[in-house]
Amino acid sequence: MISDYFSLAFRNLKKRGIRSWLTLLGIFIGVAAVVSLISLGNGLQLAVNSQFGVSSTEIISVQAGGLNAYGPPGSAVSDPLTIDDVEAINKLSVVDRAIRRNIPSGKLEFNNKVIFGFAMSIPSGEDRKFTYEELDAESIKGRLLGESDNGNVVLGYNFYANKVGLEKSVDLGDTVKVNDKQFKVVGITKKKGSFIFDNIVHMNDEPLKDLMGYGDDVDLIAVKVKNKDLMDKAKKDIEDLLRKRRNVDKGEEDFEVSTPEAAMETVNSVLNGVKAFVALIALISVLVGALGIVNTMTTSVLERRKEIGIMKAIGAKNSDIFMQFLIEAGLLGLIGGFIGAVFGTLIGILGIIGINNFIGSSASVNIDFVLIFLTLTGSFLVGATAGLIPAMRAAKQNPVEALRG
Amino acid sequence: MKTLIDLKKVMKYYYMGEEVVKAVDGIDVSIREGEFVAIMGPSGSGKSTAMNLVGSLDLATKGAIYLDGENIEQMEESELAQLRGKKIGFIFQQFNLIPNLTAKENIMLPMLFQEVNLEDREDRAEELLNLVDLGDRMDHYPNQLSGGQQQRVAIARALANNPDIILADEPTGNLDTKTGELVMGFLEKFHKEGKTIIMVTHDPNLAKAYASTIYWLKDGKIEKTTKGKVKNNKKRGM
Repeated sequence: MISDYFSLAFRNLKKRGIRSWLTLLGIFIGVAAVVSLISLGNGLQLAVNSQFGVSSTEIISVQAGGLNAYGPPGSAVSDPLTIDDVEAINKLSVVDRAIRRNIPSGKLEFNNKVIFGFAMSIPSGEDRKFTYEELDAESIKGRLLGESDNGNVVLGYNFYANKVGLEKSVDLGDTVKVNDKQFKVVGITKKKGSFIFDNIVHMNDEPLKDLMGYGDDVDLIAVKVKNKDLMDKAKKDIEDLLRKRRNVDKGEEDFEVSTPEAAMETVNSVLNGVKAFVALIALISVLVGALGIVNTMTTSVLERRKEIGIMKAIGAKNSDIFMQFLIEAGLLGLIGGFIGAVFGTLIGILGIIGINNFIGSSASVNIDFVLIFLTLTGSFLVGATAGLIPAMRAAKQNPVEALRG
Repeated sequence: MKTLIDLKKVMKYYYMGEEVVKAVDGIDVSIREGEFVAIMGPSGSGKSTAMNLVGSLDLATKGAIYLDGENIEQMEESELAQLRGKKIGFIFQQFNLIPNLTAKENIMLPMLFQEVNLEDREDRAEELLNLVDLGDRMDHYPNQLSGGQQQRVAIARALANNPDIILADEPTGNLDTKTGELVMGFLEKFHKEGKTIIMVTHDPNLAKAYASTIYWLKDGKIEKTTKGKVKNNKKRGM
């Protein structure tokens, strides 16, 4: 019996004009927004994370300047961290390894153009391997730096892609001048989609120190903790240590110890803001869509008065008429929801492909069938709810008056 | 023979502001099984209102209407709809087919409301379409059919639940003479097969040619009751 109502309702919908279909836009937009957002969610997270430079989940980073420091790590800090701080942190029981990281700014000359940017120190020995692992660095051309590469540099992907303002792409074997000293390019790193890592110059620690003269000062200390579960304790220990070493009170730190979780939290709070906004748009759209269905169903009841009269004359109960209109309204919602889900999924897939192309990641599309089922059920229910009052009006038609048309 | 429809001192008033329109003003009509009854009268005589009351589409202001022995005033809406769908088949002047449904689906509809299963509905609809010689028009929509064909579909639909009574409101009103005769031929045939036919018309010749009993309505009252050419003592069934 219920399936008969569905097929009747479907027949009626097929005969509807464009006006009825336009009322579905609201439901369509709402569902498309939600479904695409969820499908994109994981890709978005990845994209934003890479912009924040969060590549490893096991590394604590320490920098001077505290939360109020602007600009790149270590810049414009009056009391920088030093190599002694690195040593001290290295001695903490929870710490597996702490390494210095310097990211000085300088000028680079190539093709008779000069640009200003950042270089990154690559330490020697075991720390080299650790640094590259932590940065998740890979070369797409040539190789990464080794011990004997003091006269060489590795460049970020954007140098190769001619996106750094040199008006010519830099390739393997080319010679670039960094702060007026010549270096040979031996590698290009894989695209990361991050304006930090794709624009940076990798240089061994020794030549970079000579060139920039940062001596024992350290921009950033990367700390690997012995055990992931000790992350919070490590953060606390490092903070205690540095407070003592730098002689500052709790709450007045002039340094910052940040865990990946903290960075993730920042990212997530941004994403949650976006999600809340999209959810709001979705809610408003669905509300508008529901009103559209109320409107089109009310019109439909008036237009089909005679049909209602005929059906009553040939034995339709009030409940038969009610169910038919209710299901018709529900189907309207469902169709809007279905198109929205298809579109939302498409947007999700295209978005992920776009993000993957942009940052060279391999995020997968997150098609959540439970979510799609729920949104479809929800669309049907929204439609049916919107159709409740029109359907009641249809059911209550007096057969004699309705037959008159 | 048992009485199928019984109207006892039925009145139907409409209130238009201060004025009371007495569309039907106290009629007694008893329609027995196997009769071919015509309700005659000029427009404004109350015959349409009478038809709605006889067909249990409308409730009386005063008086009582019995359908198959049950007082329709005291029935639940759903019971009445169910009973109406089972006992009475309607044929309208305007054909009144559902435009979005094919000929076959239109005929299946009354059976749907009686909760007949799909297979039986299809079989019965096909059988009835063949009966009205439209076996080749099953999947046509009403707007693809001529007036005469639409009325034949409507006749088939009226027969769908095998009702005791066929109620025809000006069944030939929108048809040319020849097609009208064809439609009346079907009604006459069903009457001979034992159906009770109630026809509302303004055409005295039509009434006299086919009906066994004719009620003449004027100003909401029965002016006279006459016998038509058809004898009332037809044996039920063939």
